[in-house]
Amino acid sequence: MNGMNGLTMQQHNWIARRAFLGRSAQGVGAVALASLSTPGVLEAAPLRGVLEKPPLPQRAKRVIWLSMAGGPSHLETFDHKPKLAELDGKPMPESMTKGQQLAQLQGQKLICFGPQHPFSKMGPNGTEICSLFPQIGSVLGDICLIRSMTTDAINHDPAHMFMNTGSQIAGRPSMGAWVTYGLGSEAADLPGFVVLTSLGKGGQNQPIAARQWSSGFLPSRYQGVQLRSKGDPVLYLGNPAGITRPRQGADIAAINAINAQHDALTGDPEIATRIAQYEMAFAMQASVPELMDTKNESSKTLELYGCQPGDGSFASNCLLARRLAERGVRFIQLYHKDWDHHGGVKDGIKFKAEEIDRACMALITDLKDRGMLDSTIVVWAGEFGRTPMSQGNGRDHHNKAMSVWLAGGGIKGGLVYGASDELGYAAVENVCTVHDLHATMLHQLGIQHDAFSVKFQGLDAKLTGVEGANVLKDILA
Amino acid sequence: MVHSFASRCRPIACAFVAHVLSASAVLADPVSFNRDIRPILSDNCFSCHGPDASHRQADLRLDLRNDAMSAGAIVPGKPAESTLVSRVNATDADELMPPPESHKKLDAKQKELLARWIEEGAEYQQHWAYEKPVKAEVPAGSSGIDHLVRKRLAAIGLQVSPEADRRTLIRRLSFDLLGLPPTPDEVAAFVADTRPDAYVILVDRLLASPHYGEKMAIGWLDAVRFADTIGYHSDTPRNVWPYRDWVIRSFNDNQPFDQFTIHQVAGDLVPDASQETRVGSAFNRLLLTTEEGGAQPKDYEARMLTDRVRAIGAAWLGQTTGCAQCHDHKFDPFTARDFYALGAFFADIKEPIIGHPEDGMIVGTPEEHKRLAELDAALAEAKKKFDAIVSQLDAAQQQWEADIVAYGVTMPELAADSKATDADKNTAKQVAASLAKEPSKRDGNDKNRLRDYFRAKATKLFQTERDGLAKADKERKDFYDPLAKCLVSVHADSPRTVRILPRGNWMDETGEVVKPAFPAFLPQPTIEGREPNRLDLARWLVSRDNPLTARVVMNRLWRQFFGMGLSKVLDDLGAQGEPPANPELLDWLACEFMDSQWNMKHMVRTIVTSETYRQASVAAPQLATADPYNRELARQSAFRVDAECVRDAALSVSGLLVRTIGGPSVKPYQPEGYWENLNFPVRTYPNDTGDKQYRRGLYTWWQRSFLHPSMLAFDAPSREECCAERNRSNIPQQALVLLNDPSYVEAARSLAARILKECNGSPEERVAWAWRQVLQRLPRVEEMETVMPLLRTHIDHYKADPAAGEALLKTGLTAVPADVDKAELAAWTHVARVLLNLHETITRP
Repeated sequence: MNGMNGLTMQQHNWIARRAFLGRSAQGVGAVALASLSTPGVLEAAPLRGVLEKPPLPQRAKRVIWLSMAGGPSHLETFDHKPKLAELDGKPMPESMTKGQQLAQLQGQKLICFGPQHPFSKMGPNGTEICSLFPQIGSVLGDICLIRSMTTDAINHDPAHMFMNTGSQIAGRPSMGAWVTYGLGSEAADLPGFVVLTSLGKGGQNQPIAARQWSSGFLPSRYQGVQLRSKGDPVLYLGNPAGITRPRQGADIAAINAINAQHDALTGDPEIATRIAQYEMAFAMQASVPELMDTKNESSKTLELYGCQPGDGSFASNCLLARRLAERGVRFIQLYHKDWDHHGGVKDGIKFKAEEIDRACMALITDLKDRGMLDSTIVVWAGEFGRTPMSQGNGRDHHNKAMSVWLAGGGIKGGLVYGASDELGYAAVENVCTVHDLHATMLHQLGIQHDAFSVKFQGLDAKLTGVEGANVLKDILA
Repeated sequence: MVHSFASRCRPIACAFVAHVLSASAVLADPVSFNRDIRPILSDNCFSCHGPDASHRQADLRLDLRNDAMSAGAIVPGKPAESTLVSRVNATDADELMPPPESHKKLDAKQKELLARWIEEGAEYQQHWAYEKPVKAEVPAGSSGIDHLVRKRLAAIGLQVSPEADRRTLIRRLSFDLLGLPPTPDEVAAFVADTRPDAYVILVDRLLASPHYGEKMAIGWLDAVRFADTIGYHSDTPRNVWPYRDWVIRSFNDNQPFDQFTIHQVAGDLVPDASQETRVGSAFNRLLLTTEEGGAQPKDYEARMLTDRVRAIGAAWLGQTTGCAQCHDHKFDPFTARDFYALGAFFADIKEPIIGHPEDGMIVGTPEEHKRLAELDAALAEAKKKFDAIVSQLDAAQQQWEADIVAYGVTMPELAADSKATDADKNTAKQVAASLAKEPSKRDGNDKNRLRDYFRAKATKLFQTERDGLAKADKERKDFYDPLAKCLVSVHADSPRTVRILPRGNWMDETGEVVKPAFPAFLPQPTIEGREPNRLDLARWLVSRDNPLTARVVMNRLWRQFFGMGLSKVLDDLGAQGEPPANPELLDWLACEFMDSQWNMKHMVRTIVTSETYRQASVAAPQLATADPYNRELARQSAFRVDAECVRDAALSVSGLLVRTIGGPSVKPYQPEGYWENLNFPVRTYPNDTGDKQYRRGLYTWWQRSFLHPSMLAFDAPSREECCAERNRSNIPQQALVLLNDPSYVEAARSLAARILKECNGSPEERVAWAWRQVLQRLPRVEEMETVMPLLRTHIDHYKADPAAGEALLKTGLTAVPADVDKAELAAWTHVARVLLNLHETITRP
């Protein structure tokens, strides 16, 4: 072949060798070269964020977000409405509902539908919550229950987007991406933002798009990585059939060595990044299976969560969330589906309670026992609430009132904040928005929400939107 | 214009002048409003003192000179008397602008620039992108691009880099124009080509390749958010792939860009509307739609309108219009009225607002249309014959029902000695149950069940007519189903009413009704005696008076060939975007584009034959320091190829690539369960087999909510929103894809088989052969020293553990060649894999 840049092959090689050796003495090549002989010594580094140091005092270091997908009924979970029981079967007062946005009930006769399960007093302050959730009730002392949350959207997909990104337009970063972008991660060999999903027994498993954990206009390395309970836990994590870890390590070492040689010739900074990503990928191939393997958890812990290793349940995912938190992952989001009870809310909620009640308690208890609850915000929230009006024997989507709760991370436990009206139709006291929730969580993470922005399409785009948001100071410990 | 290569050799050491002017020296020029001042005011002040009246503070506008002067904010020539200057320099937090709670802060240089600008007279300029582009004078015979780049470089004291070597040039051109690496033979031929116009001959050959259209389509499909599924919620499929092929064809046929635009926006309304122009008009149907139960038509009508306005803004106007959905734009003169009036152009499009879209227009050959018409006629004829007897048939059915009920007949399938299948017995049970109901109590299901059973099992009456109808129906369906179909624009005579939605709230119907109108701040076309329609909008987008479209398209095209736009914010040429690094150059390109009758191949050819394009991309240290992001173009830039082309390169060098152009989208291997979060209905992903498994990346099934994970890892956008510019990330998932995705493992073993079968030589010669296939160069000594021990240990390993090798070779659908040693093949698969994973392999140099 003819020469390159007019050099002979020999000259070219000589320059390459000299440049390579010169660089590898101090640079990335050294790692790659060393590992040629001993695969497996590659070392990955944690993802860095753009904020050198959180601008505000940091009360919480990480988030575990329990997304109850489908829209849980606040009226069968955490918002006690005896008046609605009294009006069961009677028309909804028109003054409340006139001209309002409804989903499937739009234009239909609106009839009150009483709570389908009794409520009882639980926790240190005798808070009334649905009797199906005794385990959550037992840790109410650690929980701040917000009964006055509202949202802008009323269909699942836009409502999830709004809850995750503060916008109903696709293409915005999810909160997990924002937080990881700001603070980076402490996990050297795991992604900074991890997502797990689980299905419910009832079958109303609403679809969840991958955009819910997208990094939007932020760099892709901050996107959520889904951990799956079946197949490879991370897509393409497993080696091809027949390739052992040492074989894989040898190939990666060779790839990185050659890339380092190329770097010495071209000085392209992307190459050093590429080498680091191969190191990270190789590290993840070991760390993720280790993470997912819960067999070594004590029987006491497995009993606490009530799960079997690898069963893919919400409880299993809660246990994995704790393991991820321990390993320094910044933002962990669990989707549990099947909360969309247009019909059969009575039985539907029972299924959900069986699936989540113990697991939520276990997660809070486990984090607390390990001294991690103080530095972890646990959030429980759906994408919207449900109507006090009936839709057959279920409830329609509803955005004017919903209940969410938070625990840990410097949030006041044993508190009930805000209230909806006597029928649970609209939030009336200390009304909160999704932007407020985001602002408050960012605040606990040490980030000032209105100063945390990225230029996008000409705007200083923020998680908390353009309309402004309030940190809910009253719920901070 | 094109120089011979021999005459352009220049020692590297002389390519850079010692002294590089600093940025501040450049700013010693008089202050320019557009370059220096507007960005400061826009980013820091316009939010409260700009075009948006509803959010304006203190009744002060700084975007209009007269307003700013009469308010005393600006006293031209007298910075000391201008409150703008005193407020930005205030020490009292209550006085300071921008206010501390805005978290905006001017630095000393910005404050000084504002003061100097006022001192120099505080002249305003119309925003650069709203002025018509003016074509700079270029000396006869020289390239406009090279002239204007060099002029700018001379002003800032930088010099161009030398031309890249020929291997780099052909690799760069092949990736840029075709999205595929060149073959070793193509490289060798080009390197050996001594003709003075060898380079131009190469460019013309590539421009004539059918793969050119495929490469060009990728960016356009991003800009218009082309995808195979509806987007929201259930994210179900819809028929639009013929549009993708139309885009490819348009680039290959070099359809003028103005016509290309008009057919997309209004291909159904053009005077000579044809199947082809209507397929172009599928553009209007590419938006997100929903089938979610409970979705409100008014809500989605509003979403669809705003989606379309954003698309026009992103793909043609380079304007971020989204803010004006709720309020007048804060930085640009785009009002809420402009927004909804632009949306009103699309109110005539027939479509379901909620629910499953129609099959779409049949996109067929004349023969196919003819055959379908025949089958339609045959069906109509059969239907007619059947209709003539149906009342007699129904009467017979009534009699049969009455008889069974009256005589208590047991259905034959339910007789004690019946040999009917369980399914038939079940059906008969249901029929019996329906018959047991009073005729007046039978619902639609009962009625259908009885009719079907009667006709199928209980009667032979009118068999000829019934068989005739069934046959005609089946024949038509069998022919119709596989025909290509495409959602297209269909005009409705009574358009939907469009109102300005106060704060974007679709529940609020108090807003004023608006008719189609062009944004008021841009030049208006003359349309008399009628309302403007979509066709007028289409023509206006590409009218010579429109200052934006040509600039926007050329800026995006520039990114394809240099890695970054001349104005780096591709989707916003408004006040919050970035004034181009070389405004004269962008304007020259825009004018040349329009002067050439919107000739895209001409522009591509003009760019890639420029000396600016042909420079080396390796930056000397001084240049890297002076211009780290290569905004000044004193060199080329190397960058990772697009997701689709990462795949294409691997398939191509491994010999697997099937080079068919167009057709329905295809399904490469995808991890099982990846679609588990899709529902309504639950989705499975049967990957394609045969040729369809090995198609180019751009034909991959585009599932918006779960885009193929290999594509997503390399930053292919989900196309839920228009995307003017992809991320170019470098993340661990990319390593996992290239290492472990079966598509790449299969490519590696196929390349390994090629190495063993096509190169008969020593292992070292085989390594060299492989390097030439993938990188079109020989391996360096160190590379050889890295790979040879790797090969040896892998061979030893697989000789000792043949089962492992066989397991590896089973990856993918292609057969393992029988005539090669399995352990050798497995070991060479590793060498091929290393090659396919190299940074250089996926980098356009």
